[in-house]
Amino acid sequence: MCKMEEEREEKQIPSKALSVIEHSSEVTWDIPASYKKGMQVPARLFATEKLLQAMDAGVFEQVTNVACLPGIQKHAYCMPDGHWGYGFPIGGVAAMDVNEGVISPGGIGFDINCGMRLLTTNLTFNDVQPKLKQLVDTLYNRVPSGVGGKGFVKLTKEQFRDVMLSGPKWCVGQGLGWEEDLERTEEYGCIKNANADKISEKAISRGIGQLGTLGSGNHYLEVQVANGGNIFDEKIAKKFGITQDGQIVVMLHCGSRGFGHQVATDYLKTFSEAMPKYGITVNDRELACAPFTSNEGQDYYQAMACAANMAFSNRQVIAHRIRECFAKVFGKSADELEMHQVYDVAHNIAKVEEHKVDGKWKKLVVHRKGATRCFGPGEKELPKVYQETGQPVIIGGSMETGSYLLVGLEKAREMTFGSTAHGAGRTMSRAKAKRNVRGDLLQKEMEKRGIIVKSASMSGLAEEAGFAYKDISEVVDTMEKAGVSKKVVALRPIGNVKG
Amino acid sequence: MRYKILEDVAIADVCFVAYGKDINELFGNAAFATEEIMVDTKTVKPRVSHTIMLDKEKLEDLLYDFLSELIFLKDADSLVFSAITVKIEKNKTYRLTALLKGEPLDRKHHVLRADVKAVTLHMFTIEKNKSTWSCQVVLDV
Repeated sequence: MCKMEEEREEKQIPSKALSVIEHSSEVTWDIPASYKKGMQVPARLFATEKLLQAMDAGVFEQVTNVACLPGIQKHAYCMPDGHWGYGFPIGGVAAMDVNEGVISPGGIGFDINCGMRLLTTNLTFNDVQPKLKQLVDTLYNRVPSGVGGKGFVKLTKEQFRDVMLSGPKWCVGQGLGWEEDLERTEEYGCIKNANADKISEKAISRGIGQLGTLGSGNHYLEVQVANGGNIFDEKIAKKFGITQDGQIVVMLHCGSRGFGHQVATDYLKTFSEAMPKYGITVNDRELACAPFTSNEGQDYYQAMACAANMAFSNRQVIAHRIRECFAKVFGKSADELEMHQVYDVAHNIAKVEEHKVDGKWKKLVVHRKGATRCFGPGEKELPKVYQETGQPVIIGGSMETGSYLLVGLEKAREMTFGSTAHGAGRTMSRAKAKRNVRGDLLQKEMEKRGIIVKSASMSGLAEEAGFAYKDISEVVDTMEKAGVSKKVVALRPIGNVKG
Repeated sequence: MRYKILEDVAIADVCFVAYGKDINELFGNAAFATEEIMVDTKTVKPRVSHTIMLDKEKLEDLLYDFLSELIFLKDADSLVFSAITVKIEKNKTYRLTALLKGEPLDRKHHVLRADVKAVTLHMFTIEKNKSTWSCQVVLDV
């Protein structure tokens, strides 16, 4: 056995953190700052006992590494869908003081502003079921996916710059969306401070041809049903546009594609080289960071904003294409089909937000990596339409088991800097999932159960099997018990296009 | 063995260990593993040639940039490769010249796998153990 394999074996041993972890409330578990040298704050994981036991050792090490980052406030958090990532765990939330803290690309991920969008329709399951195969085929053929998928929106460099700076507002101006989509997008689809001068030519070359592509991995678009029995809060569901039993909705999960990946790659190197200058050391090279106020920190934040705006735009143009596909298949315009956008949320991003720390309002850089903002009612960041309800939160589950629409609660700010889970969370590696099932067989088996799925990659499909994910209901129930977000509707998949 | 996939490391991503009798073979096999994670290379014909030249002070940085370049070429030029030859010369710095042969991505002819996003630095290592070189890489997919 080579040395690396021996090291790998060691990492299979359950984390030592479990011996010091404190069960601080029904669904919170704290690892004290004394656990690891350099921890500035304790780490807090949200989980039931079952979810905690299922978390891999990497999660505990990574969340306590995050707790060591300069300027971190209150706790390093991990959501119940948390699992082993790189740098931060997936499901990680950390807020740093803007003046004394750092920004870390590893706290955002390579897929900057990977996120979710949800559209409603006025169709029901009975309307769609007879045409479901045609609908999924149309979506698969019209929305490019998989390795090397080329976008359907051709851009000049000048137009790509507009996308970086304006986001979906530019798309809507080109007729690729509805005006109302903008207010129903986190940050109105445009992160301020985007500066195209901070973007490399390489990033532009990688991204310019990819506007309007799904990508692969866990990215998808999915036709879902909202059954009456799965509506937990009728009043809020109605406000979100879910008004009838069996209503069809469409969920979309993708990000900033090669553009964002290159921005993150570029700045990971910049930060790695800059750290000695600022006297910063980190426990994982993927946690490379720089003071938020430094030149490097500001450059990255401005570049990240460009990638975030590109991701909002990517979901915008795909949503537009989804509307076109529905119109074609059902012979009615998207207007007639009432294909309104419920919301679009980022789950890989850092944003400057104000939160209370020790009773005082502070400006913080909130990193959410595999975590979703979930502001409660009355927050100034929310559009008028959601002032009363709180923010819609879209939680994407596995293609076999379903997803959730939640709403943010007031207590979220105090508990998690206004953050909740982002999905079901993997519990099995991609390699192991592939060993357990063949993509083509899974596809046939799902069809028998009434779920039509098409994918550019059969091995990719196998990796996304439902058994590779945690129980999404337990994940969302955990955050409801914590008082952070609550269930509005559970959504059942019937058609899926995977990258 | 040219490379193997490690299960249960960064479970949403892909971790591989590549091997070589020297650094040329190690880099070639790591590049091959990266291509294999994106596409079944048996379906990729060596129709197009491409050369990558890099110059870095540290071997680890050289491998990181080399693999990142393959991911860049997949997105920017839609190129995937099935035959890779690497030559690294060490003077004051490490100088890499890689000759790659492959073809533009085509969903009709290629068996596609994962659209790799990036090379991460998480648990990224290059080691020499007796007469064998090995490296461990986690790719974000």
